[in-house]
Amino acid sequence: MIAVKLEPEPMALPPDYLHAKQGPMSWLTTTDHKRIALMFYGAVLVMFLLGGVFALLFRTELLSPRRDIMDATTYNKLFTWHGIVMVWLFLIPSIPNIFGNFILPLQLGARDLAFPRLNLASFYVYLVGATIVLSGLFAGGTDTGWTFYMPYSENTPVTLFPVVFGIFVVGISSIFTGLNFIATVHMLRAEGMTWRRLPLFTWSIYATSIILVLATPVLGLSLILVGLDHVFHLGVFDPATGGDPVLFQHLFWFYSHPAVYIMILPAMGVISEVVPTFAHRRPSSYAAIALSSLGIAFGGFLAWGHHMFVAGISTLDAGVFGIFSMFVAVFSAIKVFTWVATLYRGDIVFSTPLLYFFGFLFLFVFGGMTGVAVATQSLDVHWHDTYFIVAHFHFIMVGGSLTSFLAAAHYWFPKMFGRLYSERVGLLAASLVFMGFVLTFLPQFLLGNAGMPRRYYSYPAEYQWLHVLSTGGSYLLGSAVLLALGNLALALAYGARSEQNPWEARTFEWLSPSPPPEHNFESPPVIDREPYAFDLSEEQIRARAFPG
Amino acid sequence: MPAPSPAEQFATLERQGATLRFGMWLFLTSELLLFSGFFALYGAYRATYSADFQAALHHNTLAYGSVNTYVLLTSSFTVALSVSAIRRGAGKAASAWLGLSALFGLAFLVIKAAEYGVHIHEGALPGHWYRFREAPTLGGARFYTLYWITTGAHALHVTGGIGVLLWLAWHARRGRYLPEYHPTFEMGTLYWHFVDVMWIFIWPIFYLT
Amino acid sequence: MQPIDEWLRKLLLLPPAASSMARPIDRLHFSVISVTMLGATLLVLMGGYYCVRYRRRRPRGPSETRPAAPTPPLWAELGLVGFLFTLFVAWWAVGFKQYIGLAQAPRDALDVYVTAKQWMWKFSYPDGSQTIDELFVPVGRPVRLILTSRDVIHSLYVPSFRLKQDAVPGRYTSLWFTATALGRQPIYCAEYCGTDHSRMSGSVVVLSAEDYSRWLAQPGTRRAGEGNAGTRDAELRTEGERVAARHGCLRCHTVDGSPHLGPSFAGLYGADIPLANAEHVTADVAYLTESMMDPALKVHAGFEPVMPSYAGYLNPPEVSALVEFIKSLKDVPGQSAREHGVPAASAVTLPPPAGSIGRPPGEPLALPSEPGHASEQGFAAPGRELMPLPRAPRETLEQKLGDGGAP
Repeated sequence: MIAVKLEPEPMALPPDYLHAKQGPMSWLTTTDHKRIALMFYGAVLVMFLLGGVFALLFRTELLSPRRDIMDATTYNKLFTWHGIVMVWLFLIPSIPNIFGNFILPLQLGARDLAFPRLNLASFYVYLVGATIVLSGLFAGGTDTGWTFYMPYSENTPVTLFPVVFGIFVVGISSIFTGLNFIATVHMLRAEGMTWRRLPLFTWSIYATSIILVLATPVLGLSLILVGLDHVFHLGVFDPATGGDPVLFQHLFWFYSHPAVYIMILPAMGVISEVVPTFAHRRPSSYAAIALSSLGIAFGGFLAWGHHMFVAGISTLDAGVFGIFSMFVAVFSAIKVFTWVATLYRGDIVFSTPLLYFFGFLFLFVFGGMTGVAVATQSLDVHWHDTYFIVAHFHFIMVGGSLTSFLAAAHYWFPKMFGRLYSERVGLLAASLVFMGFVLTFLPQFLLGNAGMPRRYYSYPAEYQWLHVLSTGGSYLLGSAVLLALGNLALALAYGARSEQNPWEARTFEWLSPSPPPEHNFESPPVIDREPYAFDLSEEQIRARAFPG
Repeated sequence: MPAPSPAEQFATLERQGATLRFGMWLFLTSELLLFSGFFALYGAYRATYSADFQAALHHNTLAYGSVNTYVLLTSSFTVALSVSAIRRGAGKAASAWLGLSALFGLAFLVIKAAEYGVHIHEGALPGHWYRFREAPTLGGARFYTLYWITTGAHALHVTGGIGVLLWLAWHARRGRYLPEYHPTFEMGTLYWHFVDVMWIFIWPIFYLT
Repeated sequence: MQPIDEWLRKLLLLPPAASSMARPIDRLHFSVISVTMLGATLLVLMGGYYCVRYRRRRPRGPSETRPAAPTPPLWAELGLVGFLFTLFVAWWAVGFKQYIGLAQAPRDALDVYVTAKQWMWKFSYPDGSQTIDELFVPVGRPVRLILTSRDVIHSLYVPSFRLKQDAVPGRYTSLWFTATALGRQPIYCAEYCGTDHSRMSGSVVVLSAEDYSRWLAQPGTRRAGEGNAGTRDAELRTEGERVAARHGCLRCHTVDGSPHLGPSFAGLYGADIPLANAEHVTADVAYLTESMMDPALKVHAGFEPVMPSYAGYLNPPEVSALVEFIKSLKDVPGQSAREHGVPAASAVTLPPPAGSIGRPPGEPLALPSEPGHASEQGFAAPGRELMPLPRAPRETLEQKLGDGGAP
């Protein structure tokens, strides 16, 4: 086989990472964090679309209280699949594994992650785990809900083991990634990059990684035990042999509550980059955002019991878990106030990522405030396991994470691909995503107030109008997301070439060419300033980073 | 042999070694949290069935557990000897010490298997398979369920650890580790020590008190 | 206040409040929701205003510098955090207080035992009668539900009472309310429990005091229990006495007030019990059921912690029968609570009978049998015979081991 020698680029610059090597093998065996990020991008988007299709299917069934397109068993499987795919295969890996992987080394001024081969292994482990999960779902599927509560999960007649085993494998991938990020942040910062100069996105990915490394093993353990209980009847949590099903809930939420912060912390990190960049001013309080990320990461480990206020835990335990939940709410509120204060006396350029920030602000603030409400225990007794909770966590996890996922996809699009998307379509899609989202989930708050429990296949007829609104909203949301992604896909091929730093950002990833060359920087940058130095001009920034 | 050069992302070899060490400690933290899950389960159930647990515990043969503790501690000692051999530049000696350690590891597994055999014969099996007539209690069933999953998970780690030791021994024999730079070797042996330390926690709660 | 409450309730689509706790909870609900929603709206509007007010009005060149942006003073930041913290903790305090109130039933509450199974609710009343999916309660009188489940976790939810409590297999949880409005209120199962989760509904029928006593007097209107045929018409406490004999309870607990290995059942219910750790507890339903399931947790002072756990040995109807039996001995002249603390010396020094540790004395042990029928059992159709535990058939250890381990 004759290797085709490419014409050298007309400029003296080295070829970017997309063109540095050619052929499928150069992708499949790459250790370049940017290429691995793109492979994650593809895999995670497939999971996202799949999870979305499941949601639209069961929302369609809920248009009427009767049987419309599926029976109760299928419905139960579909909401389970939706939860499993969205939580374990989309939300948790999405921002850290795509944008964290791509941007974090660039923001640190590093040439790659600390363990590039581990990073590639993380991708393949994810792929294997996701394949096992999906084959388990399609081979008969689980109907336990994504929370796998015992003892239902032990006794359910449908396939369970491949699904929990697959999630365990995906968890290994998460541990690899988290470990890699922490090691990179500690050991591979560029010269002059002190902890106080870390960009805020890096701070949030760092806090996320701590949760990934500490909480994932406990989840892996409890899910494997569920699987073994189901297959071999070990009865670890089975009351028939003296086991305690509530103990499973403790173990499960010990991970899965921090997992909520695995989903939202990176989202907050994205927002903390988008707001200063488009307001062209430094965040009103850098320390408040950075430290509250750590506060959320650690406080989140002490709040898991608020999922169990009506499970029969002791009153005192419930009180303690309630007040820790309030702490986390205060940390989140600090961030929100800081973002809004960052707009004050800024030099604001309104663009698609900033519009997503507004969607995020609305959804996160309302979702977060309902979080304060459900952490108030006597109120949670009414709302627990109703549509109110469904709406609450979709506002935070999906409204928050999805809007900032899309914000990041737009914000770093020029960085990743060197092209610009259509701003007009981007703004339109962002508005539609927001409207679809509110239309889907606002009625669900009211449904929960009215007393509609979650995971119901049929329901009293008086709730129907709210369900119809919600289903209509979900169709709008689905189309809007496709529009946003389609806009980006078209820009891949037809978008105008972007400058190196189209948003006049100041963080360090924009110091390398867009798209960056294989090892990120032509020469290692020198960091002698805070990350959001908008008082300096772009020329000054470049001159100080590369004095040579 | 050419002097090793740091990988692309590292400025110096020292930095690379330090990063490897740091990463390994993070990994061990993660592993520790995994075992802490088992210990949390044990603690929670023991609080409920404390008398049953104590009764069941005395049916475990202390000799098996103690001999195994002795075997593992000795293997840790021989692993430490292999590290000092590498520091001297004696790759072959290091390889031999590791081989011996792997044999100790194997001995641990053989003894464990013999003990499992006794348990199977007695019917001291997990959960719904529990048929142990000497401790016919729910707490006893609980104790042996936890016993099987905890020691089973530990035995899997020992098996993995033996694999790591053999891999290191193979490379040490071929002279892949320099006296002044051998973080991979050190990290592999650290993993073995970790597996060992976990047993030091498992041993008392299933055999002693 | 009242018209605003009513208006907010309708705006938020809350069902009409029908229990004594519903109103205070709703009031907290309204204050939390209106303040948070107002705050959230203000914040979003503020962000929108800044975006318009501080929008870029002219393009900027690459060499242009601008002055550093202002940062808010530290006292403002700390003040804001302090304010939020105080506000949230204040809500938490009120909510926690109400939550404690929800956990503590009045002493004169009417007890009803609830057994959930896929996919039905069974309510057992102290007089031994049972109803399925319909709970009959008198208006204006506290009612306590003691819940458990036979298979998976369920959750009893009455939206108009603003109440919910999980029914957990192998555990007993409780819930109390005082209904304030006559009529029928829906009950839902709120914890996902399988195929027909959404059909596992029922209703609370709140009757006036006269209607309730009429209902009590008419056994024809009630559905008889599906348990053992022999107990169909027996009162719960008679059944409880039988259960106590069958499970060997009476070998250690007397019914005439004389202390033995364990405290006497006579005069036990409602008494103030000194614990081994010097604390005190009231011997209510919660304490009694807890002591059957987890006896080592709160040991009566002066008694050895020799009682084995009966978790898995006693099925839910047996537990409720036992509790009712102990309750019926409440006024039997026995030792007072104080006397409980000093049992006869022989009782303390007596060694526990051989094999008593971890095992109900004198009763062949039932251990769960071969796995394999689990799924079939888990999905028993409603109306089928209730099984004592999710996994059946139960087989005694004696049968399994031949002459067995019982000495």
